[in-house]
Amino acid sequence: MSKVKKITKAEAAGLFKDGMTIMIGGFMTNGTAETLVDALVESGAKDLTIICNDAGFQGKGTGKLLDSKQAKKLIASHVGLNKRCGEMYSAGELDLVLTPQGTLAEQVRSGGAGLGGFLTPTGVGTTVGEGKQVIELDGVEYLLERPLKADVALIKGYRVDESGNIQYRGSTRNFNEMMATAADVVIVEAEELVPAGAIGPDHVETPGIFVDYILEGGAQ
Amino acid sequence: MEDKKAVIAARVAKELKDGDVVNLGIGLPTLVPHYLDPSISITLQSENGFVGLKAAADSEEDAPYIVNAGGVPAGIEPDGAFFNSADSFAIIRGGHVDATVLGSLQVDEKGNIANWIIPGKMVPGMGGAMDLVVGAKKVIVAMEHTNKGKHKILKECTLPLTAKGQVDMIVTEMGVMDVTPEGIVLKEYNPEFTVEQIQEATEAKLIIAEDLKEMPV
Repeated sequence: MSKVKKITKAEAAGLFKDGMTIMIGGFMTNGTAETLVDALVESGAKDLTIICNDAGFQGKGTGKLLDSKQAKKLIASHVGLNKRCGEMYSAGELDLVLTPQGTLAEQVRSGGAGLGGFLTPTGVGTTVGEGKQVIELDGVEYLLERPLKADVALIKGYRVDESGNIQYRGSTRNFNEMMATAADVVIVEAEELVPAGAIGPDHVETPGIFVDYILEGGAQ
Repeated sequence: MEDKKAVIAARVAKELKDGDVVNLGIGLPTLVPHYLDPSISITLQSENGFVGLKAAADSEEDAPYIVNAGGVPAGIEPDGAFFNSADSFAIIRGGHVDATVLGSLQVDEKGNIANWIIPGKMVPGMGGAMDLVVGAKKVIVAMEHTNKGKHKILKECTLPLTAKGQVDMIVTEMGVMDVTPEGIVLKEYNPEFTVEQIQEATEAKLIIAEDLKEMPV
């Protein structure tokens, strides 16, 4: 018997609290669970730390949480397509941590995989390395990067079965797949909800054991 | 400028080999595939999570599901493959990308590259550039030789670095240069310029290759 529960948008909103760290899947909003982001906006939860590849756009994706000033801190690799992000950062209204995209992806993966960190050559000799431990192995310098975890992850699935198994479509997999492993509470917004087993074990990309809640009917 | 871009993109295209997995930065590098010899087929990697990138979306139905690394709808080749961002950067950092072609603000004779922060302007973020430059087997910088006359190929970068010692080759409208442990070697020159003019446009001291050739333009 699967422990995965179907919830409404209002019930999803009830899961958010002030000060939470939230992971939001998607890349420039491709594969972002927009209905769940709306639920987060409606919850009014504030002082949030958001982990997302980017700042989305004004009125779209993570951008909605900048518009609503619910985000206190953003950890991302690229924010250039959302002008408001730059304005808020310059005005001291947002704590912004820019991280190389591969490092960010691996930090989330490590968080979900129970690792204490990893060594990457990316960022050595740049401002990204400031304050981080440099470890030399076999003549190569690496930065010690630490894992990232979250209270809640907002995931967008193309097909989701009633046991929470997820299949993605196209390039929407991006950060969703790792974020689904790295949060205490994982909510997936299903574009299409199908009976348990309908995806088929060979085609499941995120096993349902990672998922806590399903929100049905998130259109692309 | 359009002519300059064409000269640079066409020359970069000659560096790519049949079967190469290539990641192209935004702007000028995206022109490179137009200049590939018809006998050469490369696979484009899109750092948001697939290989087999095509410029145009395959169908209206697919368009919302497939975007390129700039977030713009794109397509995928029939033999392409999607993966998540962690796998995408395993491909990039793990040395499975044969070449990356990208623009830059500054490059120096130690192979350092600075292309993500312009002081005084809002920082957009490095995206995947730092990983790409560190991980790709060959890093080709494709850019205009100077910024309206201001040196871009320097003894030492003055802007914050994207990566240390990673650049292999620089292609500009003036010539083709290899970055070596000894310094920057000019190996081809555009015959519209003299070697002296190219040196004048370059802060770093150029080493002139013994077999210096004309750049095809």
